[in-house]
Formats: sequence, C-alpha cells, structure tokens
Amino acid sequence: MLENIDFAIVNWSRAQFALTAMFHWVFVPLTLGLGFLNAFTETIYYKTGNPEWKKLTKFWMKLFGINFACGVATGLILEFQFGTNWSNYSWFVGDIFGAPLAIEGIIAFFMESTFVAVMFFGWEKVSKRFHLASTWLTAIGANLSAVWILVANGWMQNPVGTAFNPDTARNEMTNFWEIIFSETALNKFFHSTTCGFVLAAVFVIGVSSWFLLKNREILFAKRSIVVAAVFGLISSIIIVVSGDKTTKHVAEVQPMKLAAMESLYEGTENAPLVAFGILSGKETEKNITADSNADFLFKIEIPGMLSFLSFNDSQSFVAGIKDLVLGNEERGILSYTEKIERGHEARQTLLAYKNAKEENPNSELTAYLKEKLNDQTFINEYFTYFGYAPYYDENPEILQQNAFKMVPPISLTFYSFRIMVMLGFYFVLLFVVVLFLIFKDKLHTKRWLLLILIFSIPLPYIAGMAGWIVAEVGRQPWAIQDLMSVVVAISKIETSSVMITFSLFAVLFFVLFIAEMMILLKQIKIGPKIEEENSNV
Amino acid sequence: MFETLSHLTLQQYWWIIISLLGAILVFLMFVQGGQTLLFSLGKSDDEKTLLINVLGSKWGLTFTTLVTFGGAFFASFPLFYSTSFGGAYWVWMIILLAFVLQAFGFEFHKKPNNLFGDKTYELFLFINGFIGTIFIGTAVATFFTGSPFSVNSLNLSQWETPWHGLELALNIHNITLGLTVFFLARTLALLYFLLTVNNENIEKRIHKQLLFNAIPFVLFFLIFVIWLLIRSGFAVNPMSGEVFMLQHKYLLNLLEMPLILIFFIIGVLLVLFGIIISLLKINNKGIWFSATGTILTVFSLLIIAGFNNTAYYPSTFDLQSSLTIMNSSSSHFTLKVMSYVSLTIPFVIAYIWYAWRELTKK
Repeated sequence: MLENIDFAIVNWSRAQFALTAMFHWVFVPLTLGLGFLNAFTETIYYKTGNPEWKKLTKFWMKLFGINFACGVATGLILEFQFGTNWSNYSWFVGDIFGAPLAIEGIIAFFMESTFVAVMFFGWEKVSKRFHLASTWLTAIGANLSAVWILVANGWMQNPVGTAFNPDTARNEMTNFWEIIFSETALNKFFHSTTCGFVLAAVFVIGVSSWFLLKNREILFAKRSIVVAAVFGLISSIIIVVSGDKTTKHVAEVQPMKLAAMESLYEGTENAPLVAFGILSGKETEKNITADSNADFLFKIEIPGMLSFLSFNDSQSFVAGIKDLVLGNEERGILSYTEKIERGHEARQTLLAYKNAKEENPNSELTAYLKEKLNDQTFINEYFTYFGYAPYYDENPEILQQNAFKMVPPISLTFYSFRIMVMLGFYFVLLFVVVLFLIFKDKLHTKRWLLLILIFSIPLPYIAGMAGWIVAEVGRQPWAIQDLMSVVVAISKIETSSVMITFSLFAVLFFVLFIAEMMILLKQIKIGPKIEEENSNV
Repeated sequence: MFETLSHLTLQQYWWIIISLLGAILVFLMFVQGGQTLLFSLGKSDDEKTLLINVLGSKWGLTFTTLVTFGGAFFASFPLFYSTSFGGAYWVWMIILLAFVLQAFGFEFHKKPNNLFGDKTYELFLFINGFIGTIFIGTAVATFFTGSPFSVNSLNLSQWETPWHGLELALNIHNITLGLTVFFLARTLALLYFLLTVNNENIEKRIHKQLLFNAIPFVLFFLIFVIWLLIRSGFAVNPMSGEVFMLQHKYLLNLLEMPLILIFFIIGVLLVLFGIIISLLKINNKGIWFSATGTILTVFSLLIIAGFNNTAYYPSTFDLQSSLTIMNSSSSHFTLKVMSYVSLTIPFVIAYIWYAWRELTKK
C-alpha cells in the first residue's frame, strides 16, 4: 500500500502546517504571558492609584495589541487547515477533536475578543474596576483558548476516552473527562502556557534592559523587570517540573519518541542521558545496522540519568529504537512488523464488514464481523494497531523496510530536545540573577548583562519552537498515535496546489513578520507615555 | 437534560445552532462591506481613518464568529468539514488568505514604521471585503446547487474535478448569491455608518451610495430566491437515506415549515424596511431592522437547506454521496456533550452586550 502513496503531498502538507503553526507560535506565547503581566501591573495601578503604573501597563498593552491580532489571524488558518489539508484526519477525529475546538470558540475566543476591545478602547469609558476585570478576562480568555487546542493535541499524542465505531469508520468519544484530564493534556497545557509566560517575561526584561542601557525610563524599566522576573522565575520552575513529568509520560506512552530524543538504538538498563552530543549523521539511514555509539562523533553522558528521568529508577530499562522496531520478547515489546500485520488484519476485517454490510446488512456474516470488531480482545490485540496497516506488504523484506520507515527523524528530534532543555535551565538562571541584582539595585550598572538580556529575547522563541519540534516531529509518522499516520490523514489534492499555497503563505508570513518587527521596534523606541491617546489597536 | 434527546433531535439542534451562527456571521460581514467602501466614502485621510476606526472596534467580533462557526461545524458535522474544506481547497484557501489580510490590515494601518505604508493596508482591507463576501456567498450557494465530490464507504471523500472548488465560481446561481452577499454587506455597512459616523460629508456620500448598493442587492437577492423556489432540490428518503431530486423542494420546505416561512417573510420585509427608512431619511436607525432581518432571512435559508429531509451539502457527482444532517454528524455522545456547552451561548451574548453597552455609554 505504501508504494501507492505520494510522499510529496504528505511532506508539503506537513511543511505547510508546520509553517503556519510556527508562525502562529511567534505571536501566541507573548500574548499568553503578556496578558497576565498586564493584569498584574494594572492591579498594582488599581490598588495604588499611581499613574506611573498606568503608563507602564499601557506601554506593554500596546505591544500586546500588535501581537494579538496576528495570533488570531494565524490561528484561523490553522483551524481551517485541518480541513483543507488533512481531510481524512478531520473526519476521523472530528468527533473528538471538534468538541474542544467548538468549546474554544464559544467560551474562550469570545471572552478574549470582547474584553480585549474593552481593554484597548475602554480606558476613559468604563470604570476602573470594569477595566481591570476586562484585562484579567482577556488574559484568562487567551489562556483558555490554549487549553482546548492543547487538549486536542494531547489526544493526538495519546488517544484516550474514545472507541472505534466500525459503522462510521472513525473513533468516537466515550468519555469527555478522560480526554480533558488526560495526563498528556495536562502536561501539555502547563508546559506550553508557562512557556508563553517565560517568553513574555524574558521579552519584558530584555526590552526594559534596553531602556536601562539607554538611560531612559529608569523607574519604569526597573518596575517592569521586577514584575516580569518574579513571574518568569515561578513559570520557569513550573516548566522544568512539567517537562520532567512530560518525559516520564512520553517514556510510557510514546517510547519511540523518547528513543529518538536520545538517539538510543539499543535499549538498556541504567540508561545514560546524553547531556551533550554531536551525531555523526549516519543515524539518518534508520536501519537495522544502526548503533547508539557509532552514531555519535562525540558525547558526554550522565550514567543512569535517562532511566531515572523516564521511570524514577536509575536501574530501569529504557527501550531503544531497535527494541521497538524489531521487538524484544524478554521485555514484552511487540515488533513493528507484528504490529503492522495486526493492523492490516484489523483493516481487512473492517473492509470485509463494510462489504458484507453493503451486500446484506442483516446477513450472518455481517453480524459475525460486527461482533468481531466490537470484541474487546480483538480491539486490544488488533485494532490498537489500526494505524500501522498502510505499512503492510506481503514481502517480508519490504515489510521490514517499511517498519524502519516508521522511525521518526532522529537528529532533528535529538538536537531540538537539547536546545529546549538547555535554554529552559538558562532561563531559571537568568531570572535568579536578574532578581538578585535588581534587589541589590545593581542591574543597571552591569552593561554587559543588560546586553545579554537584550540578546536573550529570541531565545525563548527558539526554545518554544524546539519544544514543538520534539513533540510533533518526534512522534512521526503519526497524526494520531498508533491510529492514523500522516500518509492516510491528508486530503486528496495535487501536490502543486499545496506547493503554491505553501509559497503564498511563506511569502505573506515573511513580509508581515518584517512589518510586525518594524512596528514593534518603533513602538519600543517611542517608549511609554504618560498621557497617551486611546490606543487604536 | 440532553440525555433524553434522540440522535436526530440533537443533529437538528446543532443544525439550528450552525444556521444561527451562519446568519449572525452574514450580518457581521457588514464590516467587510464597510471595508470595500473606504475609498468611496472617505475622500481624505482623516475620513478614511474615521471609518476604519469605526469598523476596527468590530472586526474582531466578525472574525471570532467565523472561527466559532468553523469550529462548531467541525465539531457537529465533521464530514462536511473534511469533504468541503479538503475538496473545495482553493475556495477556502482564498477566503483564508483574505482574512489574514484583514487582521493585518486593521492591526498595522496607521502604525508608525509599518513598512508598506497605510495605503497598502487599506488595500488589504478592500481585498478582504471584496473576496470575503463574494466567496463566502458563493460557497454557501453550493448548499443548494451541489458540488462535484464523492464519499466512500469509509467516509473518506474526494473532489472529482481538478479545479478544487474554483469551478463553483463559474456557476451563475452561485455567483448570484455571492454578489447578493457582497451588496448586502455594503448596504448594511452604509446603514451602520449612518448610525455611528457623525460627519456631514460622509453622510451625504452614504445616502448616495445606499441607492447604488441597495438596488443591486435587491435585484440579485430576488433572482436568487425566485430561482431557488422554482428549482428542484436534493431530497432525502428518511427511511432508506436515499437522496433524490424533487421539484420545488425548497419552496415545499418553506410551505411545510410555516414558522420558517414566517421568519423568512418577516426577515425580508425588515431588511427592506431598514433600507427604505434610511433612504427616505426618516431616521438613522435602519441598521437595527436590516440587521434583524438579515439574521432571520439567512437563518431561514440555512434551515430549509438542511431540515425537512433535505441534503444540505449535495453532490452533483454522485447523489448518494450527498451530506445530510443525519449522515455527516458527530456521534450522539459528542453532540450531547456539546449541547451542554451550547447552554453558555446566552451567557456569552449577555456579556458581549454588556461590554459593548459599557463601551458606548459615554
């Protein structure tokens, strides 16, 4: 079946979605965090009545506004791209994925868009209390928007709370709460939103450092830095904790992703963590001769650390890529070829049921096949691997090759993971140092540090992107873990169409990004004003 | 409370919500209409900025309604989402690109150092207003005219022409509705400006423009409706699920659902009433009548597209692939969960109303 698939359309569709998601993630995290920072500083203004805090709030709000609309616009494209480019996927998951998306629209988006208008246009029109409430509701609305899409993404990583319905040929929701409160979804939510908080904190500190360096708006800058650094420090600690929880959960439900993150080919007990390493490039061959050690030009390992991070026990066994693809009887790991065969059997049974039903819905054969498809043992042993079916081939050699094709891109996942983790710890250090110096009132004297803080602004963006690459590239080829691969999920359209839309989006995003940067830099240069006209944002 | 309702009732309930959201969206597209009038109503930079600011505080609401409309459609009728969006690829992509331009148009216009200059962003707004209305109108018309797609037994769909939706724009009936929505959006925008803009020069231009837009709107609307009522429609046999053509199906739907017929007639009359009192300069509150009328009319049209055993997304390639609210919906369980969520809608409308009242009080 795989030979009939045009990988060009799959890759272009993935590229287009990745491009849009990345561009979306340029704007969204800043609004997630800056929303709350606005709420904090306006609360201080509300309590103290000091107009300096109002000036400060309005300045950061203006920068929030420039980002906000761009996030909304790119979000719309993402939502519609599920349908336009991932048509089969949309049908298959619509029953589960659609509900959080609808809730997001009805509950979160309206909250956000209504109160953001009050926040910008209402300074002189509504009461101080109502304005403050609107600022808080905007921040909460923005973060609630993130909840639902992350719940949906969490479900794609770990599809719980659903069952396959042979009549509609899709998964259907059976337990709403299991989907909402799945550990994957909760980890995703805490990890991603706090990523936004840290990003906003680093952004505010970096921009304020520029003011300190220019000897402008000293009090404004110091106040902004204090609020941002406290918020950032708390958030960065949550990021580290939720990151740790995510790793443990990945070890449990997506072992291949973990193996790819570590470029670990041979599973082992007391598995070491590669603290730093350079891959030789051979790992891209992804075949049976691959080797964990030969694949590194250089590496520094921490013994037992990967086992400990994965299972809280430095002696525990961590499965490698070869264990997962070839199987490991001793550890009770089924090989990919076996899973592919079982998935193929499940698919054949479904097709037989569809044919039988079409011929005679009341026949014995139809009833028998339906019963088989609903049988729990069959579901557990066969249907669980439904998504592996397209990789089936009668020729065992090709089947084996196909199994290795299911290994995700390793070097991209490996390096992205390291970049994300290292930057995560860097941010903790950054906030601690900034807080220490600001309370000693010495930050403005350390020019070199101010420069570092300014140049740190892009880093959380890079960390966030790297994190999404680990999450999404690391789980390839799955659109939905074990149930639907990207080769099946796509729409039946010509590659040329997607190439054209990809190029259009790429050009549009690029020029608009440049425009956004220019506007943002200009607004920062203008700086805060005490008596500003009503913002037109 | 929703546990006791049958799957069909929940499917109908969600079609009503989709129809309502669609109707509100068409009304809110007055923002798009207004964007196409910037150059004819605003002669100076200040006048244009005034108009953009008036629309600027509302565009987010239209945008959010579009997102919610898409999300709700995805959630309640996912087969439509996968069939139409994945099939009529180009139509939706063009609409999407136009909406991206809108967000950036409003956001970056009049911002210092905005790279391309204010005129470019004004052009963005014009493009969005022009394409957004015509293409959405054209796409909605296919609910009555059909599209060339097929759906297999695994519910996987395929578009059967290489044009991926562009061919829909060649259908004269689809275009008629596209132009109806375009001129309706412009007419509604003029009525909205009449209420909100305090500028003598602009007011004079509004009255002139109103005639130029209301007449084509009424003409295109009449052509579309008359044609709709006399054409044959895509009927469904409720027992077998078989789709077949039935003469005067949409007229029959109106007659067999008298409440919807009443909504439709009141809706049309209200739209016309709002236009007429504005043309005769009786007062500047025409928008309230025309807005209510638009919502009632569009709601009725969407109801007759899907209710009373009608296929709401018919296939001209294979009649039996046509989508009905029965064969394209989410499961009973999902619709039940979402129905509970829908109970928050009145609360959402209430706080939007409260927030806007507070904003416009002084």
